[in-house]
Amino acid sequence: MTAVAEKQVQNGVNVEALLGAREALSKAPEAARFNWKATSKWVGGTHTRTHMKSFFGLGGDQSHKSEFSFDTDHPEIFASEDKGATPVEMVLTGLAGCLTAGVAAVAQMRKIQLRSVKATLEGSMDIQGILGIDSDVRNGFDGVTVKFEIDADATKQEIEALVAQSQKRSAVYDILTNPTNVTVSVS
Amino acid sequence: MRTDVVIVGAGHAGLAMSRRLGERSIDHVVLERGEVANSWKTERWDSLRLLTPTWQSRLPGFADASGEDPHGFRTMPETIAFLERYAWAISAPVHQHTAVNSVRRTEEGYAVQTSRGAWRSRAVVLASGACNIANVPRQLAAALPAAVASFTPHQYRNPSQLEQGGVLVVGASATGVQLAEEIQRSGRQVTLAVAEHIRMPRRYRGRDIQWWMDAAGILDLRHDEVDDLGRVREVPSLQLTGNDQGRMLDLNALTASGVRLAGRLAGLRDGKALFSGALANQVALSDLKMNRLLDAIDGWVSEKGLEGEVPPPERFEPTRIEASPPLALDLVRGGIRTVLWATGFRPDYSWLEVPALDRKGRLRHDGGVVDAPGLYVMGLPFLRRRKSALIDGAGEDARELSAHLATHLDQRAGIDLLMRSTMSGGTKFTSSVLSASTSST
Repeated sequence: MTAVAEKQVQNGVNVEALLGAREALSKAPEAARFNWKATSKWVGGTHTRTHMKSFFGLGGDQSHKSEFSFDTDHPEIFASEDKGATPVEMVLTGLAGCLTAGVAAVAQMRKIQLRSVKATLEGSMDIQGILGIDSDVRNGFDGVTVKFEIDADATKQEIEALVAQSQKRSAVYDILTNPTNVTVSVS
Repeated sequence: MRTDVVIVGAGHAGLAMSRRLGERSIDHVVLERGEVANSWKTERWDSLRLLTPTWQSRLPGFADASGEDPHGFRTMPETIAFLERYAWAISAPVHQHTAVNSVRRTEEGYAVQTSRGAWRSRAVVLASGACNIANVPRQLAAALPAAVASFTPHQYRNPSQLEQGGVLVVGASATGVQLAEEIQRSGRQVTLAVAEHIRMPRRYRGRDIQWWMDAAGILDLRHDEVDDLGRVREVPSLQLTGNDQGRMLDLNALTASGVRLAGRLAGLRDGKALFSGALANQVALSDLKMNRLLDAIDGWVSEKGLEGEVPPPERFEPTRIEASPPLALDLVRGGIRTVLWATGFRPDYSWLEVPALDRKGRLRHDGGVVDAPGLYVMGLPFLRRRKSALIDGAGEDARELSAHLATHLDQRAGIDLLMRSTMSGGTKFTSSVLSASTSST
């Protein structure tokens, strides 16, 4: 540690490690290729359990410290048993996790101490699409809103800049706002 | 033919370097594929005016008294005439209609092959421009329906070239916003695909924005004072126009004139343009950036105690966008006849046979000193300071780089002297130091 009389900010994000990784990967861009993996198994009805353990990155196979699993299902008003969140809610989970992590990382970089970060997400949808009632209605969200409430040592403008920058660098935000080729096959 | 330095390109950057080398009595030539100010003559649309006011085109050793309004914005013919006057005033040794076909390393420097013979020099300065090639996203352009015409800003001169009907302008930096407005005014419905952009008022607190950035030293920020040089070198051009003096040409002005805004062009699928859903964040980022600059200017005014001399601070209405901007546009059914790619430019180094490019084809250089001995570059964005790509930035960059170049020539001269004496003298006349060094090889 260097003895710098700077404002001490601790958001629990290791910015030095992130900057180090950025530096190293800009010199070895092939190591920046990641492949995220999930395996799922139908439980019954509309209930599915999905597991995440291994992934590929930095030129080799990697693994989470332990396996994570998530249940998805549909609520009772869809005549389901409601044994998990809906898949579309899992999309909101991904967006919330990604944007909030971004807010924390950018805040650490900009030496802004966060005290609390809350987000309320809504995805709106007309289910005439998935039910095949009206072919002009899309299946997915026709809009997503995210409302942040952030308590931090910063001006309103600085907080707005944090949130804007976190969207600019977010993977899930990009996935939701841009088209992606999806290939589904059967083995 | 031999000279000490070959400068490639007789635009403002090459001419400024010529002037600085002349001041040092360094023998040089300026090789120009066309005529002085060639890119300004051949690669610009008709209505374009410089984005910087006339007072701001300060070139070294030239007090231009042509009676122009210093606060005006030069048209292209005026810009060309200005650079021709400069070339004449400094007696630049320009060889016109001399296209450089290749630049190669040699033992003593560089071999430059041209359409009019070969040059050998000890150093080369690349001043051939930052905007030679329009960056057209190949995959997207290839997916355009056959009925839709495709234009780059280099091909575009005026709206009469375009068929009647809708136009999709891709990119909302200086080029995109100016062309979107001109084409919309011509009666063609414009849809503007907006990615990262920088909103900027033309005038602020009674002065041109360039005056503030110049006076407050913002344009003088040096390349070695910046945290993330790679990022600032990629920053898009400011949304400015030199037309209709003093008017702000932002997305709100375009919306008011009838232009439709969409997000970044993210894909083309089955004849449909797909736009990113991130427009709201793009305009939020741009408003925040603009306001940070205005805060910095206000801070400078207070610090200098100029509050009484200029009008009070002002803030601009946030950028307005639709609640749900379009995500897709069927080009043919939607009446789009033309796509105009205002997606940026890059330099052309196809003739540079020196291994000095990075994996993305950019020149590896430190403030214009290229990663190859005796090779220099001028006029790229943030080359040595924020104003490096402006006409006004060429003088100081050329002063510093010519000093580095002169030192290089002096050092090379010492080495060449040693080399020549070992070559011509053989073993007979070599000093003990030289024979020691030759025997060790």
